[in-house]
Amino acid sequence: MLPPVFGVLFDGIAYGMLLFLLSVGLSVTLGLMNFVNLAHCAFAMVGGYTTVLLTNSFGWPFFATLPMAFLVAAAVSVVFERTLYRRLYRRSDLDQVLLTIGLAFISVAAAAWFFGTTQQPVPTPPYLRGSFNVLGLNIAAYRLFLIAVGAAITLVLVGTLEYTRFGAQVRAAVDNQRMASGLGINVERTFAVTFALGSGLAGLGGALAIELVGLDPNFSFTYLIYVLIVVSVGGLGSIVGSLAAALLIGISDIAGKYYVPELGSFLIYLVMLVVLMWRPVGLFGRR
Amino acid sequence: MAFVAGAAEGPLGYLKAQTRWHWSETVFWLATLLPFYFFPDYLQLASQIAITALFALSLDLILGYAGIVSLGHAAYFGTAAYSAALFSKFVWSEPLAGVLVGTAAAALLGYASSFVIARFRHLALIMITLGFGLLLEQAANSASWLTGGSDGFQGINISPLLGTFNFDLYGYTAYTYSLIVLFLVFLAARRLINSPFGLALRGIRENAIRMPAIGAASRAHIRTVYTISAAMAGIAGALLAQTTQTVALDSLGFERSADVLVMLVVGGTGRLYGGLVGAAVYMIAHDQFSGIAPQYWYFWIGLLLVIVVIFLPNGILGGLSTLAAWWRRK
Repeated sequence: MLPPVFGVLFDGIAYGMLLFLLSVGLSVTLGLMNFVNLAHCAFAMVGGYTTVLLTNSFGWPFFATLPMAFLVAAAVSVVFERTLYRRLYRRSDLDQVLLTIGLAFISVAAAAWFFGTTQQPVPTPPYLRGSFNVLGLNIAAYRLFLIAVGAAITLVLVGTLEYTRFGAQVRAAVDNQRMASGLGINVERTFAVTFALGSGLAGLGGALAIELVGLDPNFSFTYLIYVLIVVSVGGLGSIVGSLAAALLIGISDIAGKYYVPELGSFLIYLVMLVVLMWRPVGLFGRR
Repeated sequence: MAFVAGAAEGPLGYLKAQTRWHWSETVFWLATLLPFYFFPDYLQLASQIAITALFALSLDLILGYAGIVSLGHAAYFGTAAYSAALFSKFVWSEPLAGVLVGTAAAALLGYASSFVIARFRHLALIMITLGFGLLLEQAANSASWLTGGSDGFQGINISPLLGTFNFDLYGYTAYTYSLIVLFLVFLAARRLINSPFGLALRGIRENAIRMPAIGAASRAHIRTVYTISAAMAGIAGALLAQTTQTVALDSLGFERSADVLVMLVVGGTGRLYGGLVGAAVYMIAHDQFSGIAPQYWYFWIGLLLVIVVIFLPNGILGGLSTLAAWWRRK
């Protein structure tokens, strides 16, 4: 029989994987363009509502909606990137923060308008709903599924970034944007593609999050704070950093709420402040 | 224009030209008296606007002049609100003493955190201010035996101002009190900005690396202005606690920090009147719009932000001065 600390650890890892999916895109685009995108979770919310709409109104199976969540979020993000974001690449942090916070505000109101302010249910397949017992631990199937998806996506991302031509271009642009464009890499196009991929992953995360944490119009802001914490703790532009930070924050949050519930989210804010004061560029950041 | 004149007379001449009162400033302050005669039913709102304007002015000192982006400025506002409320409940109900205590608490917290703030810029700074605000909000929520937690603080007890003026239901005293405090603090801020210290702050905003290189003590300047700004936010927080006689958790929250940032940007950063105009526009619009469809208020705020960032990078006042310059050239 294993002590309950393993159960907390398991839940923390599952939650951390979810945070990883939601935040990895922001980490890479921030590292690439230094563009502070506070509307990132609004794109995640787009993915979540795509899944809600397809399963509840069109009767699609849950798994078929996941690629759609990815695609729709990516498509919406590209539209915004091409029309609004690109005007602000050379402007100050403050302007970028304000524009994207404005978009996040709009997304909250738009979601409330189309879907109402209540939590949205999503029917998951029966084999993901149950739980089973391993050495006295209660393992929820859905959390195990989340961990598997997170691990698979980490492998795909690291593989793409390390072993493909596109990945090399992204790494070059993160390291030194001027030099990369001097070598003939089209940094702006690389950024647009990365931005779409990152927002798509956020959309997938948004769809997967519904079963675990629910979905309502405030998702844009509730999870924005977690995502920003993960990104700043992990360091910009680092996939491994995002994963480590997401797991750290996920486990701290679940453990904090399990052992000292009266402190609420106090613990993760503290973790973030301590890490940032110790290493302002994050755990794995280089600049 | 003033800059050209000043360049001829040297830096002191420039500063002197800046401190002269423009006729539009006199008009502005006379206009703040209008609510007494024309909108006596809205004096409570006017008092809240004056307090929020003071809060926005405090953010303008660090954001507009020193270039420190903060997403957690409500930390000082709320700390002072709670301190003033606790002081009035347990120690003394005199309002001016309450403001002093609240301001001192906020200034102390601001001074302590300024040592951290001065070391960071960019994203790390945004995250640290955000995290600090969230941390404090959680702490106030957890310490519900002291703060009342999510139910809000109960039992504020305020005696009449100066022993004579009762805080009435219509808000005569509240608005008079807030307006006088706002005006006095504004004078102090105006003096501060048009001093050599104010110029040094603008230097930090324009080029944070060059300032230490030419021998300016940038970090010490940032610590000073951050403490002053926290104290000013504290005055606003204490005033709000006293005039509304309640303090809720949202006085510390992220939303208040974001709102005040929006107001300042809409009004125009780096201009003394930006926060004042922004607070008035924002709060009057909120009062009018939220009566129609409260849940969609944030849609309009979001849209306004996008429009301001894309088309009016210097806010309403920036737009007006561009318009005025264009008019003069014509």
